[in-house]
Amino acid sequence: MGIDVRHLVKRFRSSCQKTEGFLAVDDVSFSVQPGQMVALLGPSGSGKSTVLRIIAGLESPDSGHVIMQNHDVTWTPPQNRHIGFVFQHYALFKNMTVWKNIAFGLEVNRWEPEIVAAQVERFLALVQLKGYENRYPCQLSGGQRQRVALARALAPRPAFLLLDEPFGALDTKVRRNLAVQLRELHDEVKTTSVFVTHDQEEAFELADEIVVINRGRVEQAGTARDVYDRPASKFVASFIGNVNMVEGVNDGHTLWIGPLRRAVVPARALENRGELVLLVRPESIEVCSSPCSDTLDVMIRTVAYRGDRYEMMLDLDGLELRMIVDRQRGASRTWQTGATLHVRFSRFAVFEASEGHEALRDKLRSLGYIE
Amino acid sequence: MNPYPPSSSPRGPGFPSGLFAGKTLAGKKGERVMRWTALTYIGLLVVLPILAISGETVKSGFRTILADLSRPEALASLKLTFLLAFTMILITSCMGTLTAWVMVRYPFRGKAVVNALIDLPFAIPTVVTGLMLVVLYGPASAIGSFMNRNGVEVIYAKPGIVLALLYVTFPFVVRAVQPVLMEMNMEMEEAAACLGAGKWTIFKRIVFPSLLPSILTGAAQAFSKALGEFGSVVIVAGNIPMKTQIAPVYIYGEIESYNPSGALAVSLVLLAGSMIVLLLLNVARRVGTRYGA
Amino acid sequence: MVPNPFTDISRSVRRRDQRQSPRRYQWFFLRRDPRLMQRLLIAAVLAWLAFLIAFPLIGIITHTFADGWRPFVDALIEPEAMHAFIITLLVTGVAVMINVVFGIIIGLVIARHQFPGKILVEELVSLPLAVSPVVAGFMFILLFGRNGWLGSWFEAGGVRIIYALPGMIIATIFVTLPFVSKEVIPVLLEIGTEMEDAARTLGASPWQVFRYITFPSIRWGLAYGITLTTARALGEFGAVLVVSGNIIGRTQTATLHIHESYTNLHFQGAFSASLVLAVISFTMLLVMEFFRRRIEKSREN
Repeated sequence: MGIDVRHLVKRFRSSCQKTEGFLAVDDVSFSVQPGQMVALLGPSGSGKSTVLRIIAGLESPDSGHVIMQNHDVTWTPPQNRHIGFVFQHYALFKNMTVWKNIAFGLEVNRWEPEIVAAQVERFLALVQLKGYENRYPCQLSGGQRQRVALARALAPRPAFLLLDEPFGALDTKVRRNLAVQLRELHDEVKTTSVFVTHDQEEAFELADEIVVINRGRVEQAGTARDVYDRPASKFVASFIGNVNMVEGVNDGHTLWIGPLRRAVVPARALENRGELVLLVRPESIEVCSSPCSDTLDVMIRTVAYRGDRYEMMLDLDGLELRMIVDRQRGASRTWQTGATLHVRFSRFAVFEASEGHEALRDKLRSLGYIE
Repeated sequence: MNPYPPSSSPRGPGFPSGLFAGKTLAGKKGERVMRWTALTYIGLLVVLPILAISGETVKSGFRTILADLSRPEALASLKLTFLLAFTMILITSCMGTLTAWVMVRYPFRGKAVVNALIDLPFAIPTVVTGLMLVVLYGPASAIGSFMNRNGVEVIYAKPGIVLALLYVTFPFVVRAVQPVLMEMNMEMEEAAACLGAGKWTIFKRIVFPSLLPSILTGAAQAFSKALGEFGSVVIVAGNIPMKTQIAPVYIYGEIESYNPSGALAVSLVLLAGSMIVLLLLNVARRVGTRYGA
Repeated sequence: MVPNPFTDISRSVRRRDQRQSPRRYQWFFLRRDPRLMQRLLIAAVLAWLAFLIAFPLIGIITHTFADGWRPFVDALIEPEAMHAFIITLLVTGVAVMINVVFGIIIGLVIARHQFPGKILVEELVSLPLAVSPVVAGFMFILLFGRNGWLGSWFEAGGVRIIYALPGMIIATIFVTLPFVSKEVIPVLLEIGTEMEDAARTLGASPWQVFRYITFPSIRWGLAYGITLTTARALGEFGAVLVVSGNIIGRTQTATLHIHESYTNLHFQGAFSASLVLAVISFTMLLVMEFFRRRIEKSREN
């Protein structure tokens, strides 16, 4: 009942023949376990929507395979794939009422009229749109349209539910509400779902597994914990969550960190040597009471109390670090701007600095991943 | 910063103030002069002729008009006009929609030329249209003589009239459908496909209903134009009374033979036909806006 | 508690085909594969356009020049033909000028003013499109004819309208009345009144507002409307035929001349004049296309 995506490649040719075209999907492989909900997470233009459209059969790959329920469906038209597809802008049939919209998929598959009616009623109840049967899509709000689209996609009992930025066009409050509903619906009808999003919170909240896609390539596939705690690449680490980037040099014994290359002896020996980039989550910076071999002395620049946590900007020889201290631990002492702290990186990811630290930072900043 | 913030309209946003609609006395006067100029012009050129024909109707009386209308030639010409206009509409709706579909959805070479060809019937004088059709399909031409030998008469017969009507009304449906098709999102069709609908079902239940208002608009315009078409038909049709004489040609004949009451009766029917079609067109537009969102 | 919709309906209700191969991949909105259906439809449309529009055009060109250039030129320099073209130019010129001035005024009134009965006025402006040209001509005969409402009055003053140039001009004005205002109104509505208001607050007079603000923004729409008017006026036949009396050498326009030559079996004359008109119309078409592009471009800015 799962989906297997193997080595998909898709190049969009532009209208001028001379150019090579745009490589939207570059050797993408991942698999979706039956009954799971998987998020394709990536920045806009990363090719995640194209992957979803290939799974649906709305685009054809240049090479590679899509395998559903152990059948190769790469060349099967979308009609025969047992899918429900929810479009970003819903694509409701403007000339049909809500009832007709939901019934459409059942009628074209020649369900018995009584069963159609029963099924539509059930789904109207499921998405809480009873009483709206005879409205036209233009008479509904954005959230209601979204729910109709969801009901329409689910009513023919698809084996797979595919959602393209399902909450992209909604405002934050409606979005959170609907996200919870979607997850409940998914668990209730037990389909296998794949959804595309650029919002990591949405992905973390809904998905069993997250496939991070960047520039047409899979950067990492795994659970939320995997991609957050063990990012496979610098991109994943910086795209998901907040992260501090500190550069350093490892000579095998000592790590020389920060702009002034302060010496630190890490608790565990690092495999990589030479020029490195350390990615440290704000909550992985730990405050120690006294200096020791694996701590750094930093200065507090600003302190902000956020209710459930304290957020601090630290100064490491001119480099800004963000630190988060949870409420309980934060309340146990006073934080004073300008004071010196001894901090240790409790966990961090290490990548070799293939390009200069600043260059990488600039690029990520320009893409909007870091501030 | 801007030292001169923009002054808002004294009547508030959304209220059409605009040219010559100022609050000053001079502005008001200018506005009034302009409005009355426009109204007088329309009154003299459009309302007066309509009044003339209405007055003539009242003067000659209901009975005379009915008598004039029930002459076999008049009835036959009207019947033929409406029948051929309907035939033309059926064909032009199908072919016009198809042309718009191909123009919007399919890439092919020479699209710009085709695009120009579609507008040609609007630009070319109708008499020239008639002449061109006679040249190509007339008995003297290769196609015409071939068809004649096989027992199909085109020119000086009904098919020729339909052909002429098709020519002069061709752009209406195409130009009505084209923009709607261009704006129509492919997502709706894709959604239907994902739900398991086949090509034909998608067309029948998604595409066609979305296009229908614009097809109706184009068809209504074409019909209204076809009812009154004269220049091309007068050349293409043999204008044989009772057989290939359409209503406008009949009216022209009556005017030429100084029989205004005969012309009046048929004119009234044509005018009424056009008006009803215009009314239907407005209804179709309203249907079209209902789905707009 | 909402019942689970997936438990109580048997799986057999579904009816979908699983056997698929790449060959059956003829999915009509995926554009990149060559498909039979698409080609057939394109061919059908091209054939239809060819037989309806393109071939007749080619036919008349080949017929006109069947015996070379000389008969073509001879037919055109006949005095009747020359005179007919002059009359056509005269009628077209006057009708277009009058309609441009009043078309702009009507456009401004409809787009900018609010007054009761505006919808009726809008409908009246587009009415000439719905009236058969022959009926239009007939209406003017009823109005200005010898026994007509105003005709006897004009006759007493020594002015002939029907069977003379004024009637032909009036008839042409009537059939081309809507074109200028119909093109100007949407542009006026789109640009809104902000710029005009701004100019007025800066102290511009109404004429200055029109000259420097309104006119520059409507000029391409106006040009398009003028082209439409001209094309229609050049080719007008039915209305002019009815009101002109078709007096050769006096009230015969080019289209009437073509009709006359054709009915008198003087085919070379009819074809030659037709070709000239067709070429003019084709030029008009190209000019219209140019203006339409300009309108679209200015809309984008």
